[in-house]
Amino acid sequence: MRDVYVAGIGITTFTRLEFALSEIASYASMMALKDAGITEVDQVYVANMGAPRVNHQTALASAVVDSLSLTPAGAAAIENGPASGGSAIKAGFQAVASGMDDVVLVVGVERMREVNGLEATDFVATLTHPIAEYIYGVTLPAHAAMFTRLYMDKYGVTERHLAMVGVKNQNAALNNEWAHLQQEISLEGILDSPEAMTNNPYVAEPLRFFDACPVSDGGAAIILVSEEKAKELGRPLIKISGVGQATDTHAVHEREEPTDLLAVRKAAADAFEMAGLTPDDVDVAELHDAFTILEIVESEEVGFFPKGEGHIALEKGETALGGKIPINVGGGLKGRGHPVGATGVAQAWEIVTQLRGDGGERQVEGANVGFTCNFGGFGNNVVCLTFEKEA
Amino acid sequence: MSVDLEKILRPIPAEMAPYEPKYMLLASGEAAVVRAVDRDEIPDLLKHVEPLLHVERDYYDVVASRVYAELLSHYQYRFQDQYVLAVQVDGELAAIVNGRQVTPTLGLSLHTLALRRGLRVGAHAFAAKMEYHFDVLGHDEVLIVAESPIGFRRWMIEYKLEKRFEIPHELGGVPSWALTRELFDAARSSLVVGRRPVPPEILEKAMEAILPPSDPPTPALDPLSATRSKYDPTATALMVERWAMEGGMQDA
Repeated sequence: MRDVYVAGIGITTFTRLEFALSEIASYASMMALKDAGITEVDQVYVANMGAPRVNHQTALASAVVDSLSLTPAGAAAIENGPASGGSAIKAGFQAVASGMDDVVLVVGVERMREVNGLEATDFVATLTHPIAEYIYGVTLPAHAAMFTRLYMDKYGVTERHLAMVGVKNQNAALNNEWAHLQQEISLEGILDSPEAMTNNPYVAEPLRFFDACPVSDGGAAIILVSEEKAKELGRPLIKISGVGQATDTHAVHEREEPTDLLAVRKAAADAFEMAGLTPDDVDVAELHDAFTILEIVESEEVGFFPKGEGHIALEKGETALGGKIPINVGGGLKGRGHPVGATGVAQAWEIVTQLRGDGGERQVEGANVGFTCNFGGFGNNVVCLTFEKEA
Repeated sequence: MSVDLEKILRPIPAEMAPYEPKYMLLASGEAAVVRAVDRDEIPDLLKHVEPLLHVERDYYDVVASRVYAELLSHYQYRFQDQYVLAVQVDGELAAIVNGRQVTPTLGLSLHTLALRRGLRVGAHAFAAKMEYHFDVLGHDEVLIVAESPIGFRRWMIEYKLEKRFEIPHELGGVPSWALTRELFDAARSSLVVGRRPVPPEILEKAMEAILPPSDPPTPALDPLSATRSKYDPTATALMVERWAMEGGMQDA
């Protein structure tokens, strides 16, 4: 198997974008192509979850490859729920690692704000079990709320811990010009003041408004190349050293212990094993904080902290910029936004930015090893990646 | 015989009790003051409303142009019984709300214009003006419409407004919705916040001057402008960009 490198990255602002889906994808891709200094690719993978349902568009990869004038490159769309981005990177990795392709463009894109918030929530809820969950009105906020309640009871996580994640990540987004949310928030304003319950009402108790990521449009792209091509291009050598993917039961209630995210645990372990790394080697991480509770739990399941102690590490500031393992320094899904199909690629974009030392105000000093966790469904399909900077 | 035309054109105002300022903490932790705006402060508002006429996003252009006309006509004595409240954060203008009294028992909501986004400033401002209608002016009902989907969500859904579709609203003659005293009382605990009196130093800052908003709404972001021309639905510009890249990266 050949080594695989990230030679180029690109992203759009995550916000509401009133452009065709393929154009959003094309913009991020153009930035990545330009960053890599190339105009030809062998293969394009487009990560997207909602085009047929939300945007009334199918065969998205054909549209994107033509918009970019990259024909006759191969092109395919990958739909794997919110883990579409990570899954597309995995496909691109396999294409290059196998020797089938030398240059692969992976672009994630979503345009969710074409519909209203209720429709967007319903669209995302279609990833739940159709008979056991969806028909009973289960949405992702509802799933996350039930999960959070169990976690609170079992491990002592409180609403304050959740709010701390929200404040950390939303305020981190202020240092990310591409991030959706650009408003500072405080614990006093969303938790402690007499106005807090109105400023930050319950969405699905115990989760409140600022515990959830925003609904966003946006695109992100990376260029994957072989080692030979990477050296030819002369860009910083950022290697994808580990890839792990795992699944869990579709219906959450079928899990023996619902507070264990076994797919996260296995995907992370597989990625670390493949890379020959341990969680302690990671300098900067992107975790899938679609809801604040998920950052806490994933930080445990991937091995950064013992099970049940993620919130304690949070209290100590260990997950903040300057801490032991900075998590979501670009805002995460909470602050950067969550265009579902683009998120996994955006996580990679952030990590490559960090490993290149281009993070500006949010740069993690001395970052050499990065990690991403792209969480699909409610933990039923997870992709984890490790990235390493080479001299 | 001379006629004082101004006396004919200028409406005779009804007595309207004053609105006592209040303040609340926003999600950011900043203190926001809601206070009544005097007529002589209207020009200070107008200069901050005018740029929003050109913001084609979330109906800012429609709302701002109507607010501008309402404020200007209020300033020039061409509006019957209008009141204006402003929300200020550290002196900066964060929102404007206005409305008017139709009869001693009926109020009419005109507009809610948020100049700062993402912190529920507009929602707090709307709640304040409803408080003014019911608690100060003693109205039994307020007629309301929304120009934007955001407004519809905030007013019609969150306050569970009743339909008064038989009454054309003064804003464009569209069907009215109504907030009744009963509905408002039901919403108080969850939607209406604020503390009185306002600490003197906070109120003084607000009264000192209406400062321009530091982060006002701007025209829709066009992150694709580098590769997309406005009338280029087939993305020819993308191809042109690519050709430029092929000719030399420095030109791209």
